Amino acid sequence: MKKLFLIMSITAAMVIINACNSNPNKDDFSTEGTESTESTEAPATTENGNPSYDPKRGEGKFTNVEVGATLDAALASSGEKVYGVKCSSCHKLTDEKLVGPGWKDVTKKRTPEWIMNFITNTDVMLDKDPEAQAQLEICLVRMPNQNLSDDEARQLYEFMRKNDGVK
Amino acid sequence: MKKGIFGTLVVVAISMLTFTACKPKNAGSAVSGDAAQKVYVAPGKYDEFYNFVSGGFSGQLSVYGLPSGRLLRVIPVFSVDPEKGWGYSEETKPMLNTSHGFVPWDDLHHVEMSMTDGVADGKWVFVNGNNTPRLARIDLKTFRTAEILELPNSGGNHSSPFGTENSEYIVAGTRFSVPADNVNGDVPISTYKQNFKGHISFVSVNKENGEMNVAFQLKTPGVNFDLARAGKGKSHGWFFFSTYNTEQANTLLEVNASQRDKDFIMAVNWKKAEEYIKAGKGKKQTAKYAHNKFSEETHTATSEMKNEVTVLDVAEFPDIVYFIPCPKSPHGCDVDPTGEYIVGSGKLAALLPVFSFDKIQKAIADKQFEAEKYDGIPVIKYEAALYGEVKKPGLGPLHTEFDANGNAYTSFFVSSEVVKWNIKDLKVIDRQPTYYSVGHLMVPGGNTKKPFGKYLVAYNKITKDRYLPTGPELSQSAQLYDISGEKMKLILDYPTIGEPHYAQAVPADLISKNQVKIFKIDDNKHPYVSKGEKETRVIRNGNRVDVFMTAIRSHLAPDNIEGIKMGDEVYFHVTNLEQDWDVPHGFAIKGANNGELLIMPGETVTLKWVPDRTGIFPMYCTDFCSALHQEMQGYVRVSPAGSNVPLSFHIGKTEPAPAPAAK
Repeated sequence: MKKLFLIMSITAAMVIINACNSNPNKDDFSTEGTESTESTEAPATTENGNPSYDPKRGEGKFTNVEVGATLDAALASSGEKVYGVKCSSCHKLTDEKLVGPGWKDVTKKRTPEWIMNFITNTDVMLDKDPEAQAQLEICLVRMPNQNLSDDEARQLYEFMRKNDGVK
Repeated sequence: MKKGIFGTLVVVAISMLTFTACKPKNAGSAVSGDAAQKVYVAPGKYDEFYNFVSGGFSGQLSVYGLPSGRLLRVIPVFSVDPEKGWGYSEETKPMLNTSHGFVPWDDLHHVEMSMTDGVADGKWVFVNGNNTPRLARIDLKTFRTAEILELPNSGGNHSSPFGTENSEYIVAGTRFSVPADNVNGDVPISTYKQNFKGHISFVSVNKENGEMNVAFQLKTPGVNFDLARAGKGKSHGWFFFSTYNTEQANTLLEVNASQRDKDFIMAVNWKKAEEYIKAGKGKKQTAKYAHNKFSEETHTATSEMKNEVTVLDVAEFPDIVYFIPCPKSPHGCDVDPTGEYIVGSGKLAALLPVFSFDKIQKAIADKQFEAEKYDGIPVIKYEAALYGEVKKPGLGPLHTEFDANGNAYTSFFVSSEVVKWNIKDLKVIDRQPTYYSVGHLMVPGGNTKKPFGKYLVAYNKITKDRYLPTGPELSQSAQLYDISGEKMKLILDYPTIGEPHYAQAVPADLISKNQVKIFKIDDNKHPYVSKGEKETRVIRNGNRVDVFMTAIRSHLAPDNIEGIKMGDEVYFHVTNLEQDWDVPHGFAIKGANNGELLIMPGETVTLKWVPDRTGIFPMYCTDFCSALHQEMQGYVRVSPAGSNVPLSFHIGKTEPAPAPAAK
């Protein structure tokens, strides 16, 4: 209890010092007080703040993508068109990095769900997903949200498969 | 735990004491103590109203948030804006075309929201150009000027762009009477009374797409038209215009147009005029005026020159137009929310006349006219139209807006004040000073059937000593009053762009929910679009070179171009491939006698560049877009005319430098 009182007094002193040149209010102050006491006792949550996060699937609307044993050529060809307009400025089809990583073998490294969630829910994944964050550290450009429709995402995935040699 | 509570109490007590100690004690506290709280919109929070404010001689429309007074945007309309490429890009140049050619400036005075059932519907805002007479429509999904229409037979479009309760028509009354466009105007100015005529355009608005057209014009006696308001509710179907210079003077108007004790408010039965037009009574006259439209599909404007207008001469139709005497050079002519009361504000009058729509109708039915017509137009007897007068309201009344509780608010230029008065008993309730010389004023919805009330903004012409001085030229200002109580309270004061004339405000969600965030690249029908980097290229056709370029974080493609020669005209057609909100790219090249481009996601915009010398010209993205924005740059090589450097372009290709030429 003594400790608690001490923290509060210190905070109070800070408020007084700041009172004339900033715009503190009571709410801010009490939040500060609660946090400093709780953090000493409450156990840390998971690293990503979300224990249910599935790094294989990522986060987004795709939970289970049906993928055929062989290539759907028509789907892949639609995907290639989307690639030309919305992706090719930054991604090569080889493993060479341009602005973003090259696409070669991406379907072997990631699940279809992860890929389709990432390209449709980019901002959230960049903020949450450890793999996406690791890529960001390499590329240093946040992938733009290109407003892909669900269909376009699926077409792109099929094109990626084609690029990875699926017949 | 006790100690904990004690601690909290100590803290609260101390901090309260501290706040009290900081309270200002100087003259600034003439403003009531809770003013800051009323206008404070916390970081990240939104304002309650969008406020569209004319930019006056800037030619542009500014958008503020209320109550914070935050400047949200300046929309270029009648004046070029190199920042946004407005009037500089090939796509926007046609928007400023007129029968006089490209006119890069105008004087934007008044603002009118599109209406449905007498209240703002949030689709468009109309504004007028007071110099080279024009009317513009701004699309509130994109906050861009979508259309500009020139007005024939007009000399300064001041009495505009006021509209009817379903925006059936937006009016455009000429400030200066002038000879019509289809007669020889090369006449002595002293023949004003014979040769000069007024014209009022009734511009129809397509309910679906907003497209404007001059449906018909009324040819009137040669007076000056100042302001106007449509009837509403019971008076829907009528329009009221204030006039001055009924003396028909053509020189020293300051004296010569202030001779008569009363000028007129002109009451127009536009439904009747519409009937005559439908019956084919209008005369087709030749005229030349531009009609400019911006297409969101091609991202390009087109300008069409029109050559005919339909005119009704009001002298030939006895039941369209009536004059109502109004004291001393009336300016504002404002209709209350019920449509029954019309307030005239004589700039030099010591009283405010309030006319009654019912009495006007009765006077017309009973033919209570003055013995003498004015230029063939019946003049209703003043008393026969008058509901009553507000006595000694102030000096120099200009404009009136209304709240939902039967109160009117009138601005007084000469005595620098806003006066609140009751429409029914015509008694003054409150008066508050403005700093200084207020012109227009506005209440959110204050011109409509359903005013929101709550706030009033006064737009001041003079700000001497109100802000830190900035040399001889000072900004104009807006002052926000809380009008929720009996007394008006000044709560905020902020500078504006240009000169604010009229303004209107509407609840934020009427507009915010409709915002376009990106243009879909698939829907882009620009003839020079590049849908993806694979479509980028450079094509020569004689001395015209078209560069199909793309921009995406963080490169321009192509970014190395060679083979441009002196004498070439180069068109950079830049397509922004981004499909995310708030990611415009910019484009500029050294030495261009031009502005920059700002290209919204999914849009294509073109910059024309005529190189003036040989050498290497850097180009780059001007709008910070990513961590590697600074790298978003490239080069163009310009060679002499007749040089054999081949046309080439690429991005990302590195090749060894050619061996130095043998010595």
